[in-house]
Amino acid sequence: MNALPKLDAGAQQEDCFHCGLPLPANSDWQVEIDGMDRPMCCPGCAAVAQAIVEHGITDYYRNRSGYAVTAGDGALLPPQLRLYDSEESARKYRAADGMLEATLSVDGLRCAACVWLIERRLRQLAGLIAADMNIATGRLLVRWDPAQCRLSAILGAMREIGYAGYPFDPARHEAQLRRAGKILGRQLFIAGLSMMQVMMYAVPAYLAADGTLETDMAALMQWASLVLTLPAVCYSAQPFFRGAWAALRQRALTMDVPVALGIGAAFAASVTATVRGSGEVYFDSVTMFIFLLLCSRVLELAARRRAAGALERLQHGLPDAAQRLDAYPASRSATTVAAADLMPGDVILARPGDAIAADAVLLEGETSLDLSLLTGETAPQQRVAGDDVPGGAVNAGQPVLLRVVRNAAGSTLATLVRMAESAGLGKPALAQWADRVAAWFVAGLLLLAGAVFLFWQWHDAARAWPIAIAVLVVSCPCALSLATPSALAAATDALLRRGVLIVRPHVLETLHRATHVVFDKTGTLTMGRPVLRDVGLYNGAERERCLQLAAALETGSAHPLAQALLAAAGPRSVNADDLRHVAGEGIEGMVDGVRYRLGNAGFVAGIGGRFLQPAVASGQSAVWLGGENGVLARFDLADGIRDDAARVVARFTAAGKQVVLLSGDQQAVADDVARTLGIAVALGGQLPDQKLAYVQSLQRDGAVVAMVGDGINDAAVLRAADVSFAMGGGAALAQSSADAVLLAGRLSALADAAEGAGAAMAVVRQNLAWAMVYNAVAIPAAAMGWLNPWMSGVGMSLSSMLVVANALRLRRIAKGS
Amino acid sequence: MDALYLLVPVSVALVFAAIWVFFKMSDSGQFDDMEGPALRVLQDDDTEGK
Repeated sequence: MNALPKLDAGAQQEDCFHCGLPLPANSDWQVEIDGMDRPMCCPGCAAVAQAIVEHGITDYYRNRSGYAVTAGDGALLPPQLRLYDSEESARKYRAADGMLEATLSVDGLRCAACVWLIERRLRQLAGLIAADMNIATGRLLVRWDPAQCRLSAILGAMREIGYAGYPFDPARHEAQLRRAGKILGRQLFIAGLSMMQVMMYAVPAYLAADGTLETDMAALMQWASLVLTLPAVCYSAQPFFRGAWAALRQRALTMDVPVALGIGAAFAASVTATVRGSGEVYFDSVTMFIFLLLCSRVLELAARRRAAGALERLQHGLPDAAQRLDAYPASRSATTVAAADLMPGDVILARPGDAIAADAVLLEGETSLDLSLLTGETAPQQRVAGDDVPGGAVNAGQPVLLRVVRNAAGSTLATLVRMAESAGLGKPALAQWADRVAAWFVAGLLLLAGAVFLFWQWHDAARAWPIAIAVLVVSCPCALSLATPSALAAATDALLRRGVLIVRPHVLETLHRATHVVFDKTGTLTMGRPVLRDVGLYNGAERERCLQLAAALETGSAHPLAQALLAAAGPRSVNADDLRHVAGEGIEGMVDGVRYRLGNAGFVAGIGGRFLQPAVASGQSAVWLGGENGVLARFDLADGIRDDAARVVARFTAAGKQVVLLSGDQQAVADDVARTLGIAVALGGQLPDQKLAYVQSLQRDGAVVAMVGDGINDAAVLRAADVSFAMGGGAALAQSSADAVLLAGRLSALADAAEGAGAAMAVVRQNLAWAMVYNAVAIPAAAMGWLNPWMSGVGMSLSSMLVVANALRLRRIAKGS
Repeated sequence: MDALYLLVPVSVALVFAAIWVFFKMSDSGQFDDMEGPALRVLQDDDTEGK
């Protein structure tokens, strides 16, 4: 890329205002910008500048820090696209390390092979670091070095090969999909109409006994078929011809190439036969082939849209506007502002049914929230003043006031959308392999068709054409190029609905292969907060009464142990007064005229007299309750094991995976949890380095390790594991270094993920097996001359539909289990 | 059988007429909403003021 002329503040009248090149002699191109006539060097620049003025975006000239590229060398590009090069948009696309990153939506995708073509072309550009295309959503993630490359060059390169790309914008994306669907529908209709009519003219030729059909009549039928086939070939088959042409210009082979060759050859042979008045015609086969292929395209388009359903719901989940209380607390009048304008500290009003625009803290009121979009959990959750509310939650109860803590772009839902999008953009190794094989497959097929044609030319010249056409048409690498990505996309989407966010593309594949599942203890198998395990009673005390007394004394305390006691006590029936906190010791208070103490043994013995202290089991904390008449109860509290932990562990064990517990706690605690859950191997007292070393030693022995942790403290070991899962979402989401996140904090989501991975891999295997069997049978059969062109067309189309339909079955994971 | 020499060209012309009509309908947006009109016809918004 040429260095751009430096922008000079003093207007140089001898240079083009748009691109900065010297003006040629006698040029008089001018455009009025900001009330001044500016000189232009060529009509191209003048047109671009004029378009910029007409679009009301003249700010570009005020804000730019360098001249634009001369319009002459990229006339393919609509002028608006050049604006994406401006500083302002560069700021929008800034990624962490000085590189720029943008998501583009791409128009004109025809099949999975287009993806390969686009990626290959873009990677030839200097300064382009990554280009990952997601076929399921039609979105392209590009990263480039702003010093060497520009967004307009990337968009221009895509246009050269026949794809229009735009910076992603949901409304435009929607319109694009609708337009593509409409055009495809029309092409399908024309192909269908043409097919039915041509079939009618073909029937007499099939049915008439030899010699009974007059030559004139046969010729009439053939000419009528020819005329009716024209709309199908010229209009309906356009996507195949365009795709093949774009691929050939890039010296690449996609599935469109043999399809277009097959249609073209069959049509050309039929036209020649009709004009000459001798030989076979295949108009019926051509129209039927076009129709059936378009049918599978329609199915594929529908599958693609459905596969992106959960992601789309997420994208629409964050509202565009919010009700801001500008003068709170003095006034309560709300103004509607764009969600993007919300700043931390703003107070917003959420009415029932509203989605919360940004992460916020509940300021006033209490309500229930629907978090199903964020966590997959359907039951509404109760929130009171002071609680955190994630952006994207839907207010299902009362109107409430909230104070914004993060702006909308940094909200939980926005982070989730970004992660889910970039997850779909990467490509698992399996799909990359399939893409490569598909390209070789097509090359081999073309060679084979050529060889078959030559052989039959020599052997039986009359059959050479139909047999070569049948070979071109019958093969179906669609399981490779189509079914693998759509199976993975469908499974990923179904899991997102269940609250499993897959961040990196290899998760399903690796989880399925995993031999060891390693759990962290705290916060993963356990809840990370204490619960009441046991109550020991003394001096004839009653359990209920003791719990009530403890709760009364702990009222208003935020200590985790106090919270556990309050939760265990349930609704309170007694009240304590004269409360006195003794730091590090406990609480003293009066209930019904009697003085009680709650706290450590020494503190309680201070009023109730000395008593015998039994040893406390490791990993548990004991809290004592005593009155003036002696000690009453001992509460044993320990980190609570999640309800679903045992089930998940049993499931992995049953699936033949070795379950391991790695914990930073003492060995005894780890053993205790492991025994409760039925885990065979438990290692306690592990420092982060030791955990890392342990996982690495497993890997050295050939194990594939899946690691489950809380995402932040275990970052190093999570990165080292072959596939890693982190619990929980919320603000910690973005910092999590895991390959997948269990959003709802439910461990059973992990079992869902394992099941989804198994199902996806099964479908991929079935599809690959089917493609292999089908091609192994059909291609030789066609080469031997046992198949007509029309039979080949039917076989190929049915095979495509079968694999796509099989992949779509995966969406049911969401409903199963 | 001679009638076929007329009827076959006529049928071809008819198909092209059908294609032309289809394009006109598609351009005018008749296929954009396949459900709305069927529901709309059920609403008696022309009997106001009863």
